[in-house]
Amino acid sequence: MRLRSDCTAVVLACLVGIVSPATAAPNGELRVCADPNNLPFSNSAEAGFENKLAAMVAESLGRSLSYTWWAQRRGFIRNTLKADKCDLVIGVPSGYDLVETTKPYYRSTYVFVSRQDEHLDLSSLLDPRLHRLVIGVHLVGDDGNNPPPAQALGQLGIVDNVRGYSIYGDYRQADPPARLIEAVERGEIDVAAAWGPLGGYFAEHSRVPLTVTPIQDGARFTPQQFQFAIAMGVRKGDHALRDRLNTFIDEHRSEIAALLRSYGVPLVDESVTASGGHE
Amino acid sequence: MLMPGLRQLLWGTLSLICACCASQSPGFAQTDLASRMKDPGQWPMAARDYANTRYSALDQINASNASRLQLAWTFSIGADRGQEAAPLVVDGTMYVVGPYAGPYPNRVFALDATTGELKWSYAPKPEPAAAGVACCDVVNRGLAFDNGKVFLNTLDNHSVAIDAKTGKELWHTKLGEINKGETITMAPVIVKGKVLIGNSGGEMGVRGWVTALDENTGAIAWRAYATGPDKDVLIGDDFKPFYDSLKGKDLGVKSWPADRWQVGGGTMWGWISYDADLNLIYYGTANPSPWNANQRSGDNLWSTTIFARDPDNGHAKWAYQVNPHDLFDHDEINENVLVDLELNGQTRKVLIHPGRNGYMYVIDRATGEVISADAFEFVNAYKGVNLKTGKIIPNEEKTPLAGKTVENICPSAPGAKDWQPTAWSPRTKLLYVPHQHLCMNFKASQVGYIAGTPYVGADVDMYAGPGGHRGEFMAWDPVARKKVWEIHEKLPVWSGALVTAGDVAFYGTMDRLFKAVDAKTGKVLWQFRAGSGFIGQPISYRGSDGQQYIAILSGVGGWPGVVANAEVDQRVRNAALGFTGAMQDLPFYTTGGSELLVFKLGSADGQDNSHAPPQ
Repeated sequence: MRLRSDCTAVVLACLVGIVSPATAAPNGELRVCADPNNLPFSNSAEAGFENKLAAMVAESLGRSLSYTWWAQRRGFIRNTLKADKCDLVIGVPSGYDLVETTKPYYRSTYVFVSRQDEHLDLSSLLDPRLHRLVIGVHLVGDDGNNPPPAQALGQLGIVDNVRGYSIYGDYRQADPPARLIEAVERGEIDVAAAWGPLGGYFAEHSRVPLTVTPIQDGARFTPQQFQFAIAMGVRKGDHALRDRLNTFIDEHRSEIAALLRSYGVPLVDESVTASGGHE
Repeated sequence: MLMPGLRQLLWGTLSLICACCASQSPGFAQTDLASRMKDPGQWPMAARDYANTRYSALDQINASNASRLQLAWTFSIGADRGQEAAPLVVDGTMYVVGPYAGPYPNRVFALDATTGELKWSYAPKPEPAAAGVACCDVVNRGLAFDNGKVFLNTLDNHSVAIDAKTGKELWHTKLGEINKGETITMAPVIVKGKVLIGNSGGEMGVRGWVTALDENTGAIAWRAYATGPDKDVLIGDDFKPFYDSLKGKDLGVKSWPADRWQVGGGTMWGWISYDADLNLIYYGTANPSPWNANQRSGDNLWSTTIFARDPDNGHAKWAYQVNPHDLFDHDEINENVLVDLELNGQTRKVLIHPGRNGYMYVIDRATGEVISADAFEFVNAYKGVNLKTGKIIPNEEKTPLAGKTVENICPSAPGAKDWQPTAWSPRTKLLYVPHQHLCMNFKASQVGYIAGTPYVGADVDMYAGPGGHRGEFMAWDPVARKKVWEIHEKLPVWSGALVTAGDVAFYGTMDRLFKAVDAKTGKVLWQFRAGSGFIGQPISYRGSDGQQYIAILSGVGGWPGVVANAEVDQRVRNAALGFTGAMQDLPFYTTGGSELLVFKLGSADGQDNSHAPPQ
C-alpha cells in the first residue's frame, strides 16, 4: 500500500467524532455495509470518505458505528442490505433501483486523467486526438454494462487504442480500481477515462503530476451520461432512516462538500434546464 | 498478460506437455470408470457415460408402473441455494455435493444408496476471504469418480481428491484465483486418469481454460486457454478445423482488437464428452467478455466454440465456432451428446449440440463438419445456419446497441437452452431436452454501480415467448430434424433430464414438480410435489435390494431461481441480469431448499402411496 491514510483535511478532525467501542450510544448502532478494499470510498482501515461520512452520520444520530464488509460488486446489495446485515450503504447512484435512496449529497463526473507534462487538456470524447492516444477505461464486465466512456469510444469506432482495466482487478491488492490511474502514472496509457472520485483521488496521490479534467459531453451520447448524483441507500421501505439521513444531508452540506474536496472528488453542480427544473 | 498467479502453475511449454503423455493409465478402454459405465446399476459420472447420454439401461420402472413411484428416503444437504449437482452412485454408495453456501460450503456426503444411511461427509475449508468476492453463481454441478477416489471442484477453484471409502482428503490443487473473479462450478470429468476441469467467471473478465490434472497427484498435465495465441490454445500442426474461416495462425489473437483476448472470456463451465475410439474429448466454451460488443470487433475466437481435443496432451484437433462475435451472452457450454446416426444411408459418428442460440446442431465428431442445424425453439435473433460456411446468419434488426431499444429478441440471454443437460435414448433414438422459452427486450436505462463506479447499463427484460409459457420439455428426433412431442411448463425447465430403458423420461420443474413421462409420447405418468423447485439432475441406479431407484436434488436457485432463494427483489424486473422479470411469480411457488429425494416403486398391490396412517 502506497496510499497515505492521513489525507483528510484538518477541518475534518474537528467535525468527525471518532467512534470507539467504548462510546456510549444512546440510540443504538448505525450498521453500515461497505467495501473493505476500495479507496477513496471505503476500506477496512476506515480511511475512505464514505467511512468518514458514516462516522459523521453516526455521531449526528448519536449511534455507534458498526461495519459489515463486502466487496462492492454484483450481489453486494443482495448480500448486505437485503440480507439485513446492515441498514445503510453510504454511496449509491441517486434513484438506484435496488434500494431506497436519500436525496443526493454530491454529484460528480467522469474525468480524463493524464500526465501533466503531456498538456492534453482533454474535455470531450469527440476530441480527434483520441483516435491516436492510448486510452484506458474500466471494465465492469457484463455486456452492455461498462462505464459510459468505454461505451462511447466503441460507438465512435475508437477501439484498437483502448485498453481495459477490470474494475474488480485482483482483490488481493489494495484498491483494485486504482490500477487504471497507476497506468497513466507509469506511462502505460496516455489518458484514463475514469469516474471522478477515483480519478481525482488517485491523481492526487500520484508520484508524477497528473491532470484531471471533466468529460463534458453532456447529452451527446444519450443514454450514456457522464455525470451522476450520488446518494445514500437504505432498505426499501425504511423511510424513517431515509428521512433522518435527508435531514443530516441538508444540515451538513458544506461539511460534506469539504470532506469530498479533501479527497480530490471533482464536484459538479446539478445542471439546470432552461425551464428552471433539474434534468 | 498471462495471469501472473497462474504462471507458476503452468509448465507452458509444448515439450513438457508432450513429456507427460508417457504417464498414461494403461488400457484406457477398461479403466475403472469405463467399466462402471457398463454396469447399469451404477451412475459413475454426472452425465452417466462419456457420450453424455444420461441413459439408464434399467427397466424395472416402465410406462405402465411409473405411477407407483414413491419416496424411498430423503437427505438434507443443509445449504438452501441452487441444487444443480448430479448424485453419483458407485458400488452401492451415493456421493453428492452441496452448493457454496451455508456453514459448510461445497460439502460432500457419502450415503448408502439403498438405505440413505450417512457414511461420511467431507467439508472443504474455503478461503474466508472469498466471501463476497464470488457474487452470484454458487452452484456445483456434481462430483466425479475413478479408481476409489471422489473428485470435487470447490467454487473457490480447488480441485480435491477424496478417498471414496473414508472421506479423507488425498490431495488438492488450486487452479485459479477467486480474487480475480475466477470460480469453478462444473462437474469434473475423468478421462484416462486425468481430471478435466474448466473455469467460470466470464462476466468478470476471466480468461477461459480447461485444465487436466493427474488423478493420482493433482499435478497439472496441460491447460488449454480459449483465447490468445495458438501455443496457449494448444493449437498445433495437428489442428484440422473443417471450415476455412477457422484456419490460420493465432486466430485467438487476430479475431480481437489489440489485446482484447487477454480478458476475453470463453470460460468452460459445462460438460465434457469423450470418444475413446477417436481419442477425442469435446466441450464448448462460453461467451466473449467483458468488453461490450462495440469494443471487440471480430469473431472473438475461441469463444462460443466447440473443441475436439486429444485428452493426452490437450491438443486441439478441430474446432467450430457457434456464435462468432456473440451479442447475446449466448455461451455454448451446453453438452455434446455422442451418438451414431443413420443419415442418408450412412452411419455417421456425430455429436448433438443443443445450442444456447436455439439451433440443434448435428456435427460430424471426427471432422467438425456441421451436418444440420435446425431451430428447436422460436428464434429471431439469427436467420439460420449456413451449412456451407458453417456460419450462423445474424439478424441485423436484432442487434442490441447501446442506447437503442431492441424489442422481442428470441431467444433471450440464457438462450433457448442453458446448462440443463439433455438425455438420449438409444431405444427411442430421441433427445430429451429440458429448456426455456423466453424472449427479451434490450434497452439502455438501468443505472448500475460496481466498485463505486456508476454507469448506464443495458436493461434486459425477459418474458415468456410466443404462447405465454416459459419452459418446455421436449423430445427431438435428430434424423428427422424435428420435435416429436413437447410439454409446456409455466416456468423455465432448468433441471436436467434422464431417460431409462423402461422408456420413461424424468425431469423437474421450478414449481416443485418432479415428473415421469412416457418417453415415446410425452404423456405424464407420475409427478411428485417436493419442498422446493427443481434445477437438479435426475439419475437412476440399482440398490443392493435389486430395486431401481431414481434420485434428484430439490432446491431452487441458479440464474432464474435467485428470485426465490436469494432475496432478489421481484419488483425489479431486470435484477439478476434481466431474469427476474420473467420469474416474478416464482416466490408464489417455491422457496429455497436442499433436499435429496430418492424414489422407488411401491408394491404392486398397494394402491395407496399416500403414506397416510390407517383410519
